[in-house]
Amino acid sequence: MGAAELRNHEQELREFQLRVGLAGVLVLAAFGLLAARFFFLQVIQHDVYRAKAEENRIAVVPVPPNRGLILDRNGVVLARNYSGYTLEIFPRRVRDLDRTIERLAELVEIQPRDRFRFRKMLVEARNAESLPIRTRLSDEEVARFAVNRYRFEGVEIKGRLFRQYPYGDVAAHVIGYMGRVTQADQESLAAEGLEANYRGTDFMGKAGVEASYQRELHGTTGFEQVEIDAAGRGIRTLSRSPSEPGNNVTLTLDMRLQQVAEVAFGERRGALVALEPATGGVLALVSKPGFDPNEFVDGIEPQYWSDLNSSADRPLNNRAIAGLYPPGSTFKPFMALAALQLGKRTPRSTIVDSTGYFFFGERRFRDSKIGGHGVVDLHKSIVVSSDIYYYQLASELGIDAIAGFMRHFGFGERTGVDLQGEAVGVLPSQEWKMRRFRRPDQQRWYAGETISVGIGQGYNAYTPIQLAQATAMIANGGTMYRPRLVAYVENPRSATREYFEAEQLHHAPVRAEYFEVVRRAMAGVTKEGTGARAFARAQYTSGGKTGTAQVIAMKQNEKYDESKVAERFRDHSLYIAFAPLESPRIALAVIVENGGFGARAAAPIARTVLDYFLLGKLPPGMDGPTPEDETEAESD
Amino acid sequence: MPLGRVAWRISESVDATLLVLMVSLSMLGLAVLFSATYDSPARVTSQLANLGFALVAMWLASRLSPQVLMRFALPAYAVGLALLIAVALFGDVVNGARRWLDIGVMSFQPSEMMKIALPMMLALHFHRRESGLRLGHFALAAFLLAVPVGLILRQPDLGTAALVGAAGFFVIFFAGLSWRVMGVLAGAGAAALPLLWGFMHDYQRRRVLTLLDPTQDPLGAGYHIIQSTIAVGSGGISGKGWLNGTQAHLEFIPERHTDFIFAVYSEEFGLIGNLVLLALYAALIARGLVIAANAATVFSRLLAGSIALMFFVYAFVNMGMVSGILPVVGVPLPFLSYGGTALLTLFIAAGILMSIHRHRKLMQT
Repeated sequence: MGAAELRNHEQELREFQLRVGLAGVLVLAAFGLLAARFFFLQVIQHDVYRAKAEENRIAVVPVPPNRGLILDRNGVVLARNYSGYTLEIFPRRVRDLDRTIERLAELVEIQPRDRFRFRKMLVEARNAESLPIRTRLSDEEVARFAVNRYRFEGVEIKGRLFRQYPYGDVAAHVIGYMGRVTQADQESLAAEGLEANYRGTDFMGKAGVEASYQRELHGTTGFEQVEIDAAGRGIRTLSRSPSEPGNNVTLTLDMRLQQVAEVAFGERRGALVALEPATGGVLALVSKPGFDPNEFVDGIEPQYWSDLNSSADRPLNNRAIAGLYPPGSTFKPFMALAALQLGKRTPRSTIVDSTGYFFFGERRFRDSKIGGHGVVDLHKSIVVSSDIYYYQLASELGIDAIAGFMRHFGFGERTGVDLQGEAVGVLPSQEWKMRRFRRPDQQRWYAGETISVGIGQGYNAYTPIQLAQATAMIANGGTMYRPRLVAYVENPRSATREYFEAEQLHHAPVRAEYFEVVRRAMAGVTKEGTGARAFARAQYTSGGKTGTAQVIAMKQNEKYDESKVAERFRDHSLYIAFAPLESPRIALAVIVENGGFGARAAAPIARTVLDYFLLGKLPPGMDGPTPEDETEAESD
Repeated sequence: MPLGRVAWRISESVDATLLVLMVSLSMLGLAVLFSATYDSPARVTSQLANLGFALVAMWLASRLSPQVLMRFALPAYAVGLALLIAVALFGDVVNGARRWLDIGVMSFQPSEMMKIALPMMLALHFHRRESGLRLGHFALAAFLLAVPVGLILRQPDLGTAALVGAAGFFVIFFAGLSWRVMGVLAGAGAAALPLLWGFMHDYQRRRVLTLLDPTQDPLGAGYHIIQSTIAVGSGGISGKGWLNGTQAHLEFIPERHTDFIFAVYSEEFGLIGNLVLLALYAALIARGLVIAANAATVFSRLLAGSIALMFFVYAFVNMGMVSGILPVVGVPLPFLSYGGTALLTLFIAAGILMSIHRHRKLMQT
């Protein structure tokens, strides 16, 4: 090692030691700063803070905001608040929970289900300050507890607002329901930095508009500074910063139309989506069977919850946006558009169907009409719903051309409606099959599979809202709008509104005259075709298409019940429609599960809905204005 | 072998001064923890177990020679970085809010590991280029520092990123980064503050704003600062006495067994207790700096210096946060806050100091 280098080393070491010394000085300075801060807080300001801590033990008590209302397009209240008393236990302040509950049961009625619910919440909402052991106390019970309050440390009566849904199960899937803020909710709120605004809030939207517009509906939590005694009981309020109520949410939905549609369904299972073709606004969105969201309001009863979940009818499932169905023959108008736009057919070109069969290799595809429809052009193919026409067409187009065209109409893609839990569906293509299956022989697309896709069977699986959106595009000449349920939100204090403008997503590259051809054919359906009986003597013009979708298999976990099984193997019945023909104001898709032929079950429902929407005609069994009065609604 | 000899063999690598200081701090921590979690005494037993585990880890670390540590530096850094990248990629897959939680749990290990792995890596970097350090070497060091810190920032975990970044910066500082460059960087840093503000998440901005005026957010982060300041201030000169803190026992102090344990301590033991605590930390840091000053190799002294100042930053940031002069970031109080991972990191760091101290002469020329 050279001398210069050694010197260099020594110089470096000295520099290092100098810096270590400097670091020591920095540490002392920083600790000196801390010491000064401690001196300031603990000596100079000590009296101030001692006063704050000892004499005025101030608790900051959150004041949860009033939740916004949900209204339909005509201002009909669909969700509102009412105040009620609950008996609340503060678990951290109670030593023996079981004994406390026993003693409480001597004063107020506490059912086994109340105890069960309390236990469940104790586990699920560990961070909650207080949990209700009883809800909806009567005035007498409130008085009885108030007299005995001193005997119960850590138990208090609270006034709370509860959610109420005046229409019960009508539009339940749209409105949604409320549920307790769970541990998982709290964590996600904390991650978004919203936990402070949810202090004191026990319930939040879990489904429907209640969930997707939770932020709008919630409002801003206020707080009170309350002086409390050494045991933590409030003595007096020192200052108050009021809460800001949540915004009222006004839907595009027409509640009367919704009721009409639900009455038309009766006890049948299925879904209906009606849209405004010019805006994408949802006029009605039905999923049957439904449920009563009022049951969820103060913690759902375990029995009702398990019934809802275990029922083979899956009432909690929103079929309109998450149910997947083959479209059946309602797919044909879109296939016809594909044929015209891709140059495979002209409106005049015809096929001859003299047998009712289409042969493909060794396989034989059958038409529902025995003996065939004879000479069929495009118009007739839709009016009489010729399968042979579309078997041939699909075979000529090929699966990838079909898939490429149908994508313009949103098939197999989420519509982006403002509800949670929308399903994607399946738009079959070679690429899709590659992704969907593992084994190479399953991944291959067989030409024979294209043929059933052409009549809306096979792997096709779409949600009713996709079908409705695509129908709206036929009605408006190819413009895709994002379906949306909310027209505007309104601040109840300032009455300022925020409108949600119609959102144009894209325009299908199809010539306007082709839409006109298909619309005229769909009008033919209602006059002389498969929908003619359902639309007999209608006082308006409409376009429509029936569909019948084969039910492929039963689910494994369903119980065996002979009458039910037979019913569940029956075909699904579908109908798509728009009206009036010249300038459509409504487009809809209806599906009735296991309803049989489209003309039989689904088309009459569409007729009922259109009759009300266009003529104000109520179906039998519905009269008078509204089922309940709305005088007791909270306005705030 | 006689028992005394066994004991000597076991303890030969342990530095008594460091050990006494750390155990004193930890015992103080257990006492405060007992007060802070009077309703769930299991926390104290659990922390005691953590402490035992950490002591074993410290002992193991102290047995390793600095040469062995040097061999660990690059692999530890590489593994830590790989894990951080895995976390970043994994985090993008999971959507929305749950992402944060999952990353929060998963990232804890890699970013915790980086607290020691990064200074080791940087110390090794400068050690290898012992003579003739040029600005380029510092630039490479800055790069080695920026990558993991950036990844941790992205998670986002501002507190840990700041700590890891500080630990790395100390190595660069001790390696002899010229004062002029530091001056320029400080200037640039000040100029970049508005830019940083733009990159911050809403909740991070709110924390900074809340520090300036806690009353703006009395339900959220402001609540923590208001209540912990009251706890500290109401402690007075001699404190309210052990187990007598009203702020803690009426549950006004959130996180009172972890990040805000100093509020409980300060309320119950007062200014005197605070000064004792500062003295203990100062002694610990001083011991670390002395070990650094006497260390044999460039690697050893840079690492030791960085570790000593790491203890300082943890203590300073936590106490500053609780007493309301620094923003609320998730930094535990060293040796006092409840939590096994932080304790483990601290004791391993101390074990490394011990090893460096024991080998201070062996390599001298």
